[in-house]
Amino acid sequence: MDLNLLTIDAVRSAVQERKTTAVSLAEAIYGKIEREDPAVGAFLTLSKERALVKASEMDALAAKGEKLPPLGGLPVGIKDVLVTKGARSTAGSKILGNYMPPYDCTAVARLEAAGAVVLGKMNCDEFAMGSSNENSAWKPVHNPRDLSRVPGGSSGGSAAAVAANMAVATLGSDTGGSIRQPASFCGVVGLKPTYGRVSRYGLIAFASSLDHIGPLTKTVKDAAIVLRTIAGRDPMDSTSAEMPVPDYVAELEKPVRSLKIGVAKEYFGEGLDAEVRKSVEAAIEKLADLGCEIIKISLPHTKYAVPTYYIVATAEASSNLARFDGVRYGYRADGARSLSEMYRRTRDQGFGTEVKRRIMLGTYVLSAGYYDAYYLKAQKVRTLLTRDFDNAFKHVDVIVTPTSPTAAFKLGEKVDDPLAMYLADIYTVTANLAGIPGISIPCGQTREKLPIGMQVLGKHFDESTILRVAHAYENAA
Amino acid sequence: MKVTEKDVAYVADLANLELTVEERVRMLQDLNSILQHIDSLNELDTAGVQPMAQVSDRYGMDESKQGSERFAYATREDIHEGLRKSLPHDVALQNAPDSDGIFFKVPKVIER
Repeated sequence: MDLNLLTIDAVRSAVQERKTTAVSLAEAIYGKIEREDPAVGAFLTLSKERALVKASEMDALAAKGEKLPPLGGLPVGIKDVLVTKGARSTAGSKILGNYMPPYDCTAVARLEAAGAVVLGKMNCDEFAMGSSNENSAWKPVHNPRDLSRVPGGSSGGSAAAVAANMAVATLGSDTGGSIRQPASFCGVVGLKPTYGRVSRYGLIAFASSLDHIGPLTKTVKDAAIVLRTIAGRDPMDSTSAEMPVPDYVAELEKPVRSLKIGVAKEYFGEGLDAEVRKSVEAAIEKLADLGCEIIKISLPHTKYAVPTYYIVATAEASSNLARFDGVRYGYRADGARSLSEMYRRTRDQGFGTEVKRRIMLGTYVLSAGYYDAYYLKAQKVRTLLTRDFDNAFKHVDVIVTPTSPTAAFKLGEKVDDPLAMYLADIYTVTANLAGIPGISIPCGQTREKLPIGMQVLGKHFDESTILRVAHAYENAA
Repeated sequence: MKVTEKDVAYVADLANLELTVEERVRMLQDLNSILQHIDSLNELDTAGVQPMAQVSDRYGMDESKQGSERFAYATREDIHEGLRKSLPHDVALQNAPDSDGIFFKVPKVIER
């Protein structure tokens, strides 16, 4: 099989019809990883034994003529912030360098129950904090489309692997854009579902009210298939919603004619690269050609999204990362003479610069005297931002924006300017703050052949409509 | 708001981070630059706006009730018969940097 042409259905039918075996497919992909990943850096850990056990299971079913589950034989990669039982999970950090989780993330368990073959753990920014995958404690990830550039972050490894055909689908996490932005930079599809659509059990927490798990795939249909598999109430995550899971795949082919597409002026202002603007505007025109109605809207509080995000996310992170203290798991510093010294040395040595920066900022905004001025204020602005979307969705069905103001930048270009790096998230953080779903799909490339991504945002729990619009665009192109 | 060296020291203490001298200098710069950007939130009048701690409340919170009754959607009955499955003791200790097989071992707590 041509490893560059695989989709979920293609793999499943090939294994079902015994045109190939899941084992030989996994071995072929591991061969590709061995040859090509040293230049990319997408994988941190390979789980060959686990992969081959599952692959053999699928082959045995096919040999007996039994129907394979929906993801039968599918080679997948799992971002290293999602725990996998028995396979080292580091969250991209030295402080978890030797951590062997005793349980599986629910989303991973659901993928495997549906027949997926877990190839290994994907490289990411440390604790999912970053927009370029340059903050991984282990090694940066290189964009397969141009190795001198970043793949985006924090799910850089997940995006790069799909783009380089070293996995057919991957799971990533998205707290401020970390699935959608790398998908955009690498030229693949990335979906952030509604908050609560997918259980967060087993996701090493960064910011609990903003974290989401979602798929990165080559096609919109594949994203719909993965979402259908991982979505749904989980008693282990009390923030997971009781809402029923529609058959996202069945809804894909519904017509998009007469759907109302909102275009917000605040997402097309200053700072947007001219080539990205042109590409996204052309995509919107294509949607109009398909019969959609384009409606101008305003999301007036957009410019306050990044500051709001960096208060809420860092505050929650400072709390969530307090558990990394060298006591029960992970790295413990040597030679500490007291408990307090052990905590400090462990955290100083185990955490990278960006993580420490965010812990410090988060601790500061929550500290006595500043809580009202920063954290409480940010929570109120979060309400205003969410109201912007509620109001807009009274008049439109989806909102289309660029995913990121630019295409992939060069490695090293923004590492010394944290604020510039944060502003790259300007179009994606709003969906995390409001909890609405968003998908990024490729919509062109720059003169230098760098991928450009278009984002489709939808109402809470209306993944069906954003998938439908994305699918229609993808197939009209 | 301007962050001072004293603030950096105080916050590092709260966060259980030591930080080197160079790190503290850098942190002072970075925090000030980020906080300056964050100050733009003061342009907004948020009097009377309810704070939003999480998205999930929209999908089950009962506005007609008071106090914790509003969050009935996130609760369940107590389980009276037997415990739900949890991590076995030995598995929970598996990743311990130091253990005696029963407890996690840590350096002595010294009164400051």
